[in-house]
Amino acid sequence: MDTYSLLREFADSWMLLALFSFFVGVVFWVMRPGSTRTYRDTADIPFRHEDAPAVDVQPEETR
Amino acid sequence: MWDYVKIAALAVITLLAAIAASYARDIAYQVHAVIIMLVAGGLFLWQVRRADEPRKPSSAEYMDDVVRFGVIATAFWGVVGFLVGTFIAFQLAFPGLNISILDGIGNFGRLRPLHTSAVIFAFGGNALIATSFYVLQRTTAARLWGGNLAWFVFWGYNLFIVLAATGYLLGATQSKEYAEPEWYVDIWLTVVWVAYLLIYMGTLMKRKEPHIYVANWFYLSFIVTVAMLHLINNLSIPVSIFGSKSVQVFSGVQDAMVQWWYGHNAVGFFLTAGFLGMMYYFVPKQAERPVYSYKLSIIHFWALIFLYIWAGPHHLHYTALPDWASTLGMVFSIILWMPSWGGMINGLMTLQGAWDKLRTDPILRMMVVSLAFYGMSTFEGPMMSIKAVNSLSHYTDWTIGHVHSGALGWNGMVTFGALYFLFPKLWNKAGIYSSKAVNWHFWLATVGIVLYAASMWVTGIMEGLMWREVDANGFLVNTFADTVEAKFPMYVVRGLGGVLYLTGSLIMAWNLWMTVAKGEPKEEATPAMAPAE
Repeated sequence: MDTYSLLREFADSWMLLALFSFFVGVVFWVMRPGSTRTYRDTADIPFRHEDAPAVDVQPEETR
Repeated sequence: MWDYVKIAALAVITLLAAIAASYARDIAYQVHAVIIMLVAGGLFLWQVRRADEPRKPSSAEYMDDVVRFGVIATAFWGVVGFLVGTFIAFQLAFPGLNISILDGIGNFGRLRPLHTSAVIFAFGGNALIATSFYVLQRTTAARLWGGNLAWFVFWGYNLFIVLAATGYLLGATQSKEYAEPEWYVDIWLTVVWVAYLLIYMGTLMKRKEPHIYVANWFYLSFIVTVAMLHLINNLSIPVSIFGSKSVQVFSGVQDAMVQWWYGHNAVGFFLTAGFLGMMYYFVPKQAERPVYSYKLSIIHFWALIFLYIWAGPHHLHYTALPDWASTLGMVFSIILWMPSWGGMINGLMTLQGAWDKLRTDPILRMMVVSLAFYGMSTFEGPMMSIKAVNSLSHYTDWTIGHVHSGALGWNGMVTFGALYFLFPKLWNKAGIYSSKAVNWHFWLATVGIVLYAASMWVTGIMEGLMWREVDANGFLVNTFADTVEAKFPMYVVRGLGGVLYLTGSLIMAWNLWMTVAKGEPKEEATPAMAPAE
């Protein structure tokens, strides 16, 4: 089989399956139990260190 | 030691550029060699004067000087790009404006790539670099990695812009849309881009926040994908090391496919993913509320990057490209509608419970209108990618209208919003100098876009219909010149839309200047969070 046909067959089967399952996996991962609380904290990142970087010994954030 | 290495390297570059200038085979190459010689020579002198000077230890603050330069460059290149755009719009309406003295430099064909690159790469690119440095530091709670490397990226990128712009005027182009710069300019951009990626990765690695905020995902995908696209689309072999001309490695339909794989992903990752990074930071900040759904933002990200990369073939319907490839491009373009609108809804719904702010805050209004245009152009785009629609719209001014409702509406407005947000923050002012002027800018820009898009819809569909009109015997009814004549009124309206948009941007430039020069300083002198030293 020439390179084109070989790559084409691979792209149309296993690669397609791999990419598609990765994407579906991400969607399920996002919906995992407990993610809402984690993401609420993550979404607040822009409101934390506006004026200066975090100091090296970081105290526990109030969350 | 490092100082002496730099001095030696700059001296060698200056010498080589001087040699290249004298051996140059064409004027564009010669001018570029002289520019490089002057820049390297100037840096050499500057470096010699400060060799072995004690360096200030890197402070515990954010590195904001480079962001300040970046936002100024953004505003400057924006005005330049809009000015050139408005001028070439009138050149199309009134061909007499292709002044004969400027023949071969200032005619439409030379100025058009100058306009597209000035707005996309100079205005948009500087906006992306400046805001990404700002957002990256704030969302990782860490200073930029790499010290002065950020300065190299800023100045290096702007040198790329100058080389590209002067090259277009003097005729150095590899005639690939949005990738016109010739081989040595491409190599220089690659060097700058690798440094940009290193800064981004380095800062992410030393981040103090455990999570990587979604804006950084978008920015990073923009940097990585643009690197890949740039490398593959610019594979070319120079005819001479002393000349600007190069020959593409791909040819025929492969070359066309690679070009539009590049071209559409320049839209997808430069003008969309990067600007979505801006959106996911500045809209929540300006609305003072976290993004509506963080889950949706993650799905938005993965869906967008998984789909966009396949959409390119829709630029090549009914060409030598195999049917399956153009159908694939069309299908992916239509599926892409979903994540695009998911992202738009996510941005708009961030205002939930804060909609009243739209009444009083023209900056937030600008961001909301930019999201509305994002939604509109990401609906129009998939529609135009459908083969039946494309057979009418392709090669007409409808395409130009579509591009501009995306670029002026989405990219332009969100960048203006970010600039209005950043200038007071970066110069420690209480707020923007004149809210009224922001309001004027908002309305001038919005009406300008409406005039532009509406006139291009009318003229595009009209010329598409005129081109395909046949009489009872099957002969074409209209000549090409007939369509050009019929388009004249719409061309004038389009030019006027450009004048309004340009006027708005001049008001912005004045307002930003006044904010820095005369703006009220912020109340508290020192931030409460500053570390004890």
